[in-house]
Amino acid sequence: MDPLRQSASPCSSRPSSPKTPPCEMLGYVGIEAVLDQLKIKAMKMGFEFNIMVVGQSGLGKSTMLNTLFKSKVWKCTLPGLAMPTPQTLQLKSVTHVIEEKGVKLKLTVTDTPGFGDQINNDKCWNPILGYINEQYERYLQEEILITRQRHIPDTRVHCCVYFVPPTGHCLRPLDIEFLQRLCRTVNVVPVIARADSLTLEEREAFRRRIQHNLRTHCIEVYPQKCFDEDINDRILNSKIRDRIPFAVVGADRQHLVNGRCVLGRKTKWGIIEGPTVGKPTTRKQTDLEIKSLLAAGRTQWRTWRTVSFLC
Amino acid sequence: MLGDFLGLTLAPRWPWRSSSEIGIHTVGRCWVEPRSPGPGCGPAGGVGAGSHWLPGASLLAGTRPTLGQVRLLGRGPSTSTCWQGPLQGARARSCLPIKAGQTMPETQGHMLPGYCLKERERRPGRPAPTASPGPWSYWARQLLPSTNRDSLLLRCEPRQACVYPSFKDIDKQYVGFATLPNQVHRKSVKKGFDFTLMVAGESGLGKSTLVHSLFLTDLYKDRKLLSAEERISQTVEILKHTVDIEEKGVKLKLTIVDTPGFGDAVNNSECWKPITDYVDQQFEQYFRDESGLNRKNIQDNRVHCCLYFISPFGHGLRPVDVGFMKALHEKVNIVPLIAKADCLVPSEIRKLKERIREEIDKFGIHVYQFPECDSDEDEDFKQQDRELKESAPFAVIGSNTVVEAKGQRVRGRLYPWGIVEVENQAHCDFVKLRNMLIRTHMHDLKDVTCDVHYENYRAHCIQQMTSKLTQDSRMESPIPILPLPTPDAETEKLIRMKDEELRRMQEMLQKMKQQMQDQ
Repeated sequence: MDPLRQSASPCSSRPSSPKTPPCEMLGYVGIEAVLDQLKIKAMKMGFEFNIMVVGQSGLGKSTMLNTLFKSKVWKCTLPGLAMPTPQTLQLKSVTHVIEEKGVKLKLTVTDTPGFGDQINNDKCWNPILGYINEQYERYLQEEILITRQRHIPDTRVHCCVYFVPPTGHCLRPLDIEFLQRLCRTVNVVPVIARADSLTLEEREAFRRRIQHNLRTHCIEVYPQKCFDEDINDRILNSKIRDRIPFAVVGADRQHLVNGRCVLGRKTKWGIIEGPTVGKPTTRKQTDLEIKSLLAAGRTQWRTWRTVSFLC
Repeated sequence: MLGDFLGLTLAPRWPWRSSSEIGIHTVGRCWVEPRSPGPGCGPAGGVGAGSHWLPGASLLAGTRPTLGQVRLLGRGPSTSTCWQGPLQGARARSCLPIKAGQTMPETQGHMLPGYCLKERERRPGRPAPTASPGPWSYWARQLLPSTNRDSLLLRCEPRQACVYPSFKDIDKQYVGFATLPNQVHRKSVKKGFDFTLMVAGESGLGKSTLVHSLFLTDLYKDRKLLSAEERISQTVEILKHTVDIEEKGVKLKLTIVDTPGFGDAVNNSECWKPITDYVDQQFEQYFRDESGLNRKNIQDNRVHCCLYFISPFGHGLRPVDVGFMKALHEKVNIVPLIAKADCLVPSEIRKLKERIREEIDKFGIHVYQFPECDSDEDEDFKQQDRELKESAPFAVIGSNTVVEAKGQRVRGRLYPWGIVEVENQAHCDFVKLRNMLIRTHMHDLKDVTCDVHYENYRAHCIQQMTSKLTQDSRMESPIPILPLPTPDAETEKLIRMKDEELRRMQEMLQKMKQQMQDQ
């Protein structure tokens, strides 16, 4: 493959091309300027990212999104002021364009109120699966047109964040059912919600147990093993896999701590700072998600497309 | 303190107040904490803070004991020190009944109950007591026997004299049946108390940790948590753990009924059915025992209180919570709790409590109501009672571990950002729950179970029975025949077969009678 003809993706996890012997350069040509050109183009086009949050009500989904993207992406419902839980699962999407250092990100967040809140939660994952497949179908229809648009609007769900309640024991039957069904269709990132109710030891023990459960039930969460071809990727991915499920604490109130303003939760026994190193890792999650999920989404898309063509 | 485990309510007032602050309080509440008579209570100077309370008029009047004020009396001295001869110095004070509105005179010295008793016994014609009864038995004889509410129950501090009615007065004016409650007490203390507590809620909400923190015993040492695979096929079970606790001579047989598997499945419809069946079964067992011939040793296994754990992660009550509470609110006293309250900041806790209270009203759920305090209680006590009612549902935190905080060892949870102390009232309502459940309302819970829930069940049962009897022409039996709750098909078949046999035999008997009459 011609090394100059790189793909336009900001990060590429494609397998490296077979080694062609490099030819000797006689002078400075300026090939590296291509990177600048890519950058300019990316900044002009902007990125799209579609994230779905799934979990029982009250686990801090909207707060976590706001903390992750440092903006009021989703209107939080404070405990005690929420509307009554809907009888059937509904899906609500909100799109925002956020900008940082000149880079625009078109962020679409899909919420699923009513998931797992009923007495009988049988098949509550069907509407979610239906929605995800619908988005894939729509993209496929656009793609197979004879005259395609230059840039097909991408509404496919790139990532599904699943919130596990911090019981401290292990995954519940509902969690296992959902994860098993969805890990094949979309990138699932399980997350321990409201981790401030677990001490460090409890958190680690809970994490290990969940990892064990995921292995036993063959649930492949993101990052999947198929992305491990490159040695660097493999190291990074294994580090990430060790920390999955991430234990998160969302906070959107500011407090003064030692003279600096931090996002946190203030209790009578201390202030829990939201995104900081060593704490519940919301920062790490952001990096992880935005960088590689877009590419991972492509793989999922390819799989779905193949499957839909075969049927 | 386990000494506070009683059949009667205990007042939460600690520490003792000086007599100058005490003022007057009318009788009407009582609270007794019989102390085990020490083999020789120490000399008067070394009296520890005990709390002996004289049962007051309210018991005599048959009213329900309510939250009382703690009164303290020193422990009685050993009998030997009582024999000090005639009253000396400060002890030469006669005991007078104090009327409402009168401040208690300053007393000094050690006017000890034992003293009075011995004095009494010196009178001719009175037999000396044989064994040394407990200190409160001394009191029994000095009880202010007037039955009107104006007479006062003493309030003394240790090392201060207590005021008693004079002996002459006792003999002349009073009959002495005021000692009855004490006698009942002694008997029930000997027998011991029992209490059955049910804990219900989804798994992982800290139920076993809270039980451990409340009763300071590890009932779940050998518990094995189910793995995720096993949980998929789990059904709701009922597990009973019984433990005998004794503190300061008071025995309590505590039974904890656990409900693992509740609310954990994907489909939780009617997941409370095994629990309602269990509660009904206990009522039925008691009903049978009560209607039986030998009623000496009826074992009371009825569930006296159910602690229901509400998840703090939701926005109020979930449908499962509402379903459970509505199925059980007429059968058992439900005390809703907000579990794992250390994941909420104070403003969130407030809002969640309001929300839960609103929803409880909206759905018409009858949770356990704290009894009203009487209008003649003092302000302090009323304030406490108000605070208790306003804190419901209690936001609790439990802990199995003891950590170091500010140089002290406390029961708590250690987080990187701070230490949550379980017994700190500013951190959670654990202390309020413990006081309510164990120290003040344990007997009330039992009473409401007996008087309200059990009676409802019994009335319902008898109605059903009478309607059944009028329908079939069955032979009346002394013990009510009720359908057994066990859904075992085999036993049902057996029962049906036996019924058939019985009927056949009856018919034969009838025929034979007829034949005999004809002949």
